[in-house]
Amino acid sequence: MEYALIIGAKSDIGRALAARYARAGYNLYLAARKSEELTREADNLRIRYNVRVATLEFDLLDTGNHEEIYKQLSPRPAGTICVAGYLGDQKIAEIDFSEARKIIDTNFTGWVSLLNIIAEDYESSGSGFIIGISSVAGDRGRRSNTIYGSSKAAFTTYLSGLRHRLHSSGVVVLTVKPGFVRTRMTEGMDLPEKLTAKPEEVAEDVFRAHRKARAIVYTRWYWRWIMWVITRMPDRLFQRISI
Amino acid sequence: MELTNWGRYPSIETTLHACRSEGDLRAILSDDKKIIPRGLGRCYGDSALNSDILSTLHLNCFRAFDEGTGELTCEGGVTLEDILYLFVPRGWFLPVTPGTRFITVGGAVASDVHGKNHHAAGALSRHIRGLKVMLASGETIFCSRDENEEFFHATCGGMGLTGIILEATFRLIRIPTAFIRQETVRAADLDEIMNLFETSSDWTYSVAWIDCMARGGRRGRSILMRGEHARMEELPGRKIAEARMYGKNSHMTVPCDFPSLSLNRFSVRAFNEIYYRKTRHGISRSITGLDAFFYPLDGILQWNRIYGKRGFTQYQFVLPKESSREGLDTILGVIAEFGQGSFLAVLKLFGKQEGLLNFPREGYTLALDFPIRDGLFEVLDRLDAVVLDYGGRHYLTKDARMAKETFHKGYPNAGRFAEIKKRYDPDGKFQSLQSRRLGI
Ligand SMILES: Cc1cc2nc3c(=O)[nH]c(=O)nc-3n(C[C@H](O)[C@H](O)[C@H](O)COP(=O)(O)OP(=O)(O)OC[C@H]3O[C@@H](n4cnc5c(N)ncnc54)[C@H](O)[C@@H]3O)c2cc1C
Ligand SMILES: NC(=O)c1ccc[n+]([C@@H]2O[C@H](COP(=O)([O-])OP(=O)(O)OC[C@H]3O[C@@H](n4cnc5c(N)ncnc54)[C@H](OP(=O)(O)O)[C@@H]3O)[C@@H](O)[C@H]2O)c1
Repeated sequence: MEYALIIGAKSDIGRALAARYARAGYNLYLAARKSEELTREADNLRIRYNVRVATLEFDLLDTGNHEEIYKQLSPRPAGTICVAGYLGDQKIAEIDFSEARKIIDTNFTGWVSLLNIIAEDYESSGSGFIIGISSVAGDRGRRSNTIYGSSKAAFTTYLSGLRHRLHSSGVVVLTVKPGFVRTRMTEGMDLPEKLTAKPEEVAEDVFRAHRKARAIVYTRWYWRWIMWVITRMPDRLFQRISI
Repeated sequence: MELTNWGRYPSIETTLHACRSEGDLRAILSDDKKIIPRGLGRCYGDSALNSDILSTLHLNCFRAFDEGTGELTCEGGVTLEDILYLFVPRGWFLPVTPGTRFITVGGAVASDVHGKNHHAAGALSRHIRGLKVMLASGETIFCSRDENEEFFHATCGGMGLTGIILEATFRLIRIPTAFIRQETVRAADLDEIMNLFETSSDWTYSVAWIDCMARGGRRGRSILMRGEHARMEELPGRKIAEARMYGKNSHMTVPCDFPSLSLNRFSVRAFNEIYYRKTRHGISRSITGLDAFFYPLDGILQWNRIYGKRGFTQYQFVLPKESSREGLDTILGVIAEFGQGSFLAVLKLFGKQEGLLNFPREGYTLALDFPIRDGLFEVLDRLDAVVLDYGGRHYLTKDARMAKETFHKGYPNAGRFAEIKKRYDPDGKFQSLQSRRLGI
């Protein structure tokens, strides 16, 4: 069976996706920083799903290594699932550019570096899939996440461009826009319980959208409509609400 | 956040620290907060409560499985449900299981849980081959019957007070099918049910539902359920296709807190009457699924809400075998007179066991739920005195209210436990509401 490469495999959404794809029979490459901590998860997936699992060290910010790391994967992964991301601290990012840069480079620049390499490979072999976990935060900028939101907007736009570019080569590109998800990233935040998904739900939505070769999936589904309203709100009204 | 365990009493304000790696655990332990580990909070009282709680639920990886021997190593946050979904279809089952599958392996070891096979298989600790535990210092150690033996015995049944159980190794048992061959037998009074337990000692599983509201000559009337894993040839034709199946079952959810009036002595009495009478005289035989036999309550999510907003407490004690007959008679008398018993009263005969804070010992154990009401604790104090008089003790994982003296009288090895704990946790880092209340 084919391999799927999961980048950001230690994240809660990454773990859920790894389990979902393993359940579907995919072998896995799990990539993260401090990859020795992935051993536990690799054992777990092998026992639960009887698939092959390899782990690798990967840092989105280490763009100099990306090509080498990708080229040494054998067999090449049939698909790449991009999960890693950095929310950062908005307040710090407003006054300290290095924090802003880290947010931008993790959520956008790093992916451009890696996905350019992978797109090239998939395009020439005429197959493959790319799934990018962006965010509803990229749909419209808000004061509480100017940097994170715009970095996700850039990532969304990049994925949309890749989809356009790779369409004719038969490569599928799926953009995922989660709303609130209960994970380490949102731990301790006061999220509305009714609107907050579990990582497993996100994974299921992603897997189904991928099966159906969708271009964009909101998860949970109603975020499409919430964002439809938010993106169409006239500026004068938008300025007055605090979200 | 506001948190309670299964009985919804007591309820306290806590900070729940989620951990995803040993690094996370160490970071939390390095602070000088007192802390208690928590799994799925299925203990009833205050064992897994403290102002700072460490949630193990993300530490849920399987680490190793040997297809030949069934030896499994998994992390403390793996749930029994997880194990069942994965391994029942492969022909394996838990060596010991409590009456719910919604608990973690760490919680199961820390309470040294028992099941319907205690008389034959002992409590879970008997099956544990080794544990990996993180101490208060952040160091991790392995313990087993051969290595750090004392610590091993203190940790099995140690209620999370010795350290955080990171991994446990135990052997699953082979099962021929995912069904149980069950027999149900009615017993008219206490003597009859105690006799039935004795004569059923060859059965792997046995447990009885007891009508704790019955008075006079009917006192102790019960229904014994005993079972064996069904062999393939024992299955009726239509079940053969699903012989190994174990899937997500449909379930109901109790939607809201029931008003506390809905459970009163009349409704409980009526329920018990119907329940008792629906079982025929003599022995009825059936083939039932694992869930129906082991986890009948798991089909109703959040059933703890039926006891109303104030919550409830489960009262579970064990009496030495010699004094069980007389002791149970006296206790059932007090309960029936109080008139606040529950539908869910469970009687079971334990086999031999020793330990430090481990609950089981040879004799009869009775468990029943009481909704929290004014005057309840006074009655329970009276019961405590009777239990102690007959040489019994109470199950820590169900307790929310007993007095320190009651605990120490029931657990003569508590002092030894405290010595061991002191060596491995000199600053008393691991504490719960319960451990402070009972002076453990
Ligand atoms: C419907 C129902 C039926 C039950 N039937 C039975 C039965 O038949 N037999 C029986 O023995 N019990 C029974 N129980 C009790 C239950 O099995 C125990 O309370 C069990 O410990 C709950 O596990 P948990 O994961 O929910 O742990 P929690 O309730 O979260 O914690 C229980 C104790 O374990 C400790 N703990 C949890 N995780 C760890 C860890 N990783 N390391 C160290 N300590 C830890 C906690 O500190 C606490 O002291 C039943 C409970 C319910 C709700
Ligand atoms: N949770 C939500 O509500 C929500 C909503 C919308 C979108 N998202 C997106 O979902 C994705 C997954 O996040 P999550 O919610 O599961 O949170 P998470 O558990 O915090 O995951 C973030 C992951 O990104 C990894 N990461 C950060 N910087 C990296 C780098 N330079 N190189 C490699 N990996 C790096 C982190 O790895 P380390 O373990 O090494 O730190 C971590 O595993 C993110 O892209 C996030 O933006 C989340």
